Amino acid sequence: MKVTFKIWRQEQSDAKGALKSYEIDGLSEDMSFLEALDFLNESLVLKNEKVIAFESDCREGICGSCGVFINGRAHGPHDNMATCQVHMRSFKDGDTIVVEPWRAGAFPIVKDLVVDRSAFDRIIEQGAYITAKTGTAAEANAILIPKEVADSSMDVAACIGCGACVATCKNASAALFVSAKINHLNKLPQGQPEGHKRLLEMTTQMELENFGSCTFTAACEMECPAEISISSIAEMNARYIKAKFFG
Amino acid sequence: MTLNSKIPEGKLEDKWRNYQSESRLINPANKKNLNIIVVGSGLAGAGAAATLAELGYQVQCFCYQDSARRAHSVAAQGGINAAKNYQHDGDSVWRMFYDTLKGGDFRSREANTYRLAELSAPLIDHFVQQGVPFAREYGGVLANRSFGGVQVQRTFYARGQTGQQLLLAAYSQLSKMIRAKKVAMLPRHEVLDIVVINGKAKGVIVRELSTGQIKRFAADAVVLATGGYSRVFRLSTLAINCNGSAIWKAHKRGAFFAAPSFTQIHPTALPQTSDAQSKLTLMSESLRNDGRIWVPKKKDDKRKPIDIPEDERDYYLERRYPSFGNLAPRDIASRAAKERIDAGHGVGQLKNAVYLDFKHAITKLGKAAIEDKYGNLFTMYEKITGINAYQEPMKISPAAHFSMGGLWVDYELMTTILGLYAIGECNYSDHGANRLGANSLLQTSIDGYFILPNTINNYLEGEIGEKHPGVEHPEFAHVENEVKAHIKKILHINGNRTTDDFHRELGKVMWQECAMSRNKQGLELAILQIKEIKEQFWNDIKVTGTDTEMNPELEKALRLADFIELAILMCTDALQRDESCGAHFREEYQTEDGEAVRNDADFNFVSVWEYHAGDFKLHKEMLEFEYVKPTVRSYK
Repeated sequence: MKVTFKIWRQEQSDAKGALKSYEIDGLSEDMSFLEALDFLNESLVLKNEKVIAFESDCREGICGSCGVFINGRAHGPHDNMATCQVHMRSFKDGDTIVVEPWRAGAFPIVKDLVVDRSAFDRIIEQGAYITAKTGTAAEANAILIPKEVADSSMDVAACIGCGACVATCKNASAALFVSAKINHLNKLPQGQPEGHKRLLEMTTQMELENFGSCTFTAACEMECPAEISISSIAEMNARYIKAKFFG
Repeated sequence: MTLNSKIPEGKLEDKWRNYQSESRLINPANKKNLNIIVVGSGLAGAGAAATLAELGYQVQCFCYQDSARRAHSVAAQGGINAAKNYQHDGDSVWRMFYDTLKGGDFRSREANTYRLAELSAPLIDHFVQQGVPFAREYGGVLANRSFGGVQVQRTFYARGQTGQQLLLAAYSQLSKMIRAKKVAMLPRHEVLDIVVINGKAKGVIVRELSTGQIKRFAADAVVLATGGYSRVFRLSTLAINCNGSAIWKAHKRGAFFAAPSFTQIHPTALPQTSDAQSKLTLMSESLRNDGRIWVPKKKDDKRKPIDIPEDERDYYLERRYPSFGNLAPRDIASRAAKERIDAGHGVGQLKNAVYLDFKHAITKLGKAAIEDKYGNLFTMYEKITGINAYQEPMKISPAAHFSMGGLWVDYELMTTILGLYAIGECNYSDHGANRLGANSLLQTSIDGYFILPNTINNYLEGEIGEKHPGVEHPEFAHVENEVKAHIKKILHINGNRTTDDFHRELGKVMWQECAMSRNKQGLELAILQIKEIKEQFWNDIKVTGTDTEMNPELEKALRLADFIELAILMCTDALQRDESCGAHFREEYQTEDGEAVRNDADFNFVSVWEYHAGDFKLHKEMLEFEYVKPTVRSYK
């Protein structure tokens, strides 16, 4: 199979970037999208050109490293799937495939398709933990957690931190990411003593990082590989009101 | 040099307590003046960095990923074992110890393995406290499931994403200590060498991946938590950037390497479909709780699986191992699959797979129950293969997975270099010749959270008086220059072959000769072939770009250069061990029906290798079995 890639090339964060075309033949439908990029990179090396920098690690949709726009969609043509899970059978022979990095002010470009998502780490540092030292835990079954509560906490704890929600949002809002972490911990009895503080600190940091506001377009939930629903954002907002006014 | 494993005195169940009561302590005022470098931010690294910082040490933690949250612990699916005996099914610390020792085919230390089982229950308490949303029963208590190689239910899980949830808890705890300024986190920094001064580890040389800048970092102790090295096979279940470089460099600087060839081949990965494939995706072993593994009885059967009637299917694990059936340990399940595939019963496009069938479980328990337990795995399977596994069986195949081998460590997890520790998958400690399912998350967490923070003080107490010499010491300049010269050399060759090309070649040799089944002739040939690959690599590699920018091609080439050398040691190790044990199956040593024949008379030791100018010298750590008598490891 033969395709034309149009890929964003940019030497470094303060350099000017541009889309560059690459025709590539000899791909197969069984290849993953990232394997097709590997294949292209190998051909670039042999032509004495620099490889296209892109991120990926586990290549099974759980580490959250990968993430690019493919033909204008975050993580490619399918709903709720990470870039590494996209296969070339999703494209047709002769297709032109446009590949761009995440677009968001809070995620500056490092090189080519690689962006800096450290804003997410800084939000997590602002209270996305339970303050308890190693060695101080009580017997695990001393805390009873109803199955429905554990399950709904797990639904949002599944976030892989890829940043697709931000990238696809017209406001570049991080509301889905932030709400997922807040709800994961605040739903559980262990997370409740610090619940309000966590919520206020994390949302404050979210604003400091230049993410936009959420206007409930639901674009994020279409792309989220962990299938986190926007009802998580509504739940965060309800918790926010409670924390702010009834603290 | 004689190997001192430093096993504490006393009865098996008292050893760890005795150790703790006798080890040296450091007062908080001194702790804050001691610096520790932690390399890696997976469950071992993040757990250790967070806990050491809580204790008052100053910690610098490095990872090559853009965030600590992406370390490959994240991909562990099935669960974590603990001897809680919540199911009232006869479990105990002793039984878990025994299962693990037997599972490892009696090639690990009793004291280490016992400690692993002993600390498993408090670890579950710890993770619950940190907010891990483990699976629960309706009454609110924790749920369990079974894993391979055992007959009790002691595995705790969070859907099929247990590793992710544990890692995120560790990452949260780490983030807390970053905020407290007790941990300096340096993502996108890859450690390229270890600095050893007067026989003690005192720092590391690091490449900042986004700029290419080479930096020096000094400390009073260095902890390696860099994970497994199965990417040496190229196709493996590991993340694309997992590597053995830091431990290999440590080995070349004097850390001995134990049992390098003990590699677990996981029985349930997705089969390879093409040469361009970059990795093999794992499907959790937990699927074997309800899935039944089979191949068609007829060779080259072209029928669809649903058209093959029951009496024409060979449920070979149930046939060969009636008491453990589909839950036979991984090495045994993998070899049994290979045996059927080699005999011409393989299925799928390349005839390299077997079926994992949920038809019976769905009929018995209903689709909803299966969906509840494995929903995300079925979804993942469909995303990758386009096949709905509720309607037809999955196709699975063995794949290189876990490294039981690693840097040799004593009971304190210290390598043969003073002040250099190895924790988690990168050491050789508890698993022996084969690791049981759901013991990996356990070992890596326990090393980082519970053991290292209790043992490192025993060494650091002696370092209080002699503060580390700092990065201005000439040895730092010396090692930095070696690293820079190594990078320049690779970039200047400008040959005709890509890194991936060499890696594919290496992977084929290793998979053929040093994976599920090995023999003398093949291993001897493999060593020659790999030496030839090494020769060609250093004459014909082509890496584009420069060393002063983000350059993923250069990163890959640097890692591969180390993998090639490590591969030679792995084959040397496999060749030396004239017996079959656990995952190490030498074709010359098997029974008539294809079971492994262990040789305790001659090989009741851990092979420990010392690097010496491109060659390897064997040392033996004899194993003493004081409490359990090694028996033939049978799962029939």
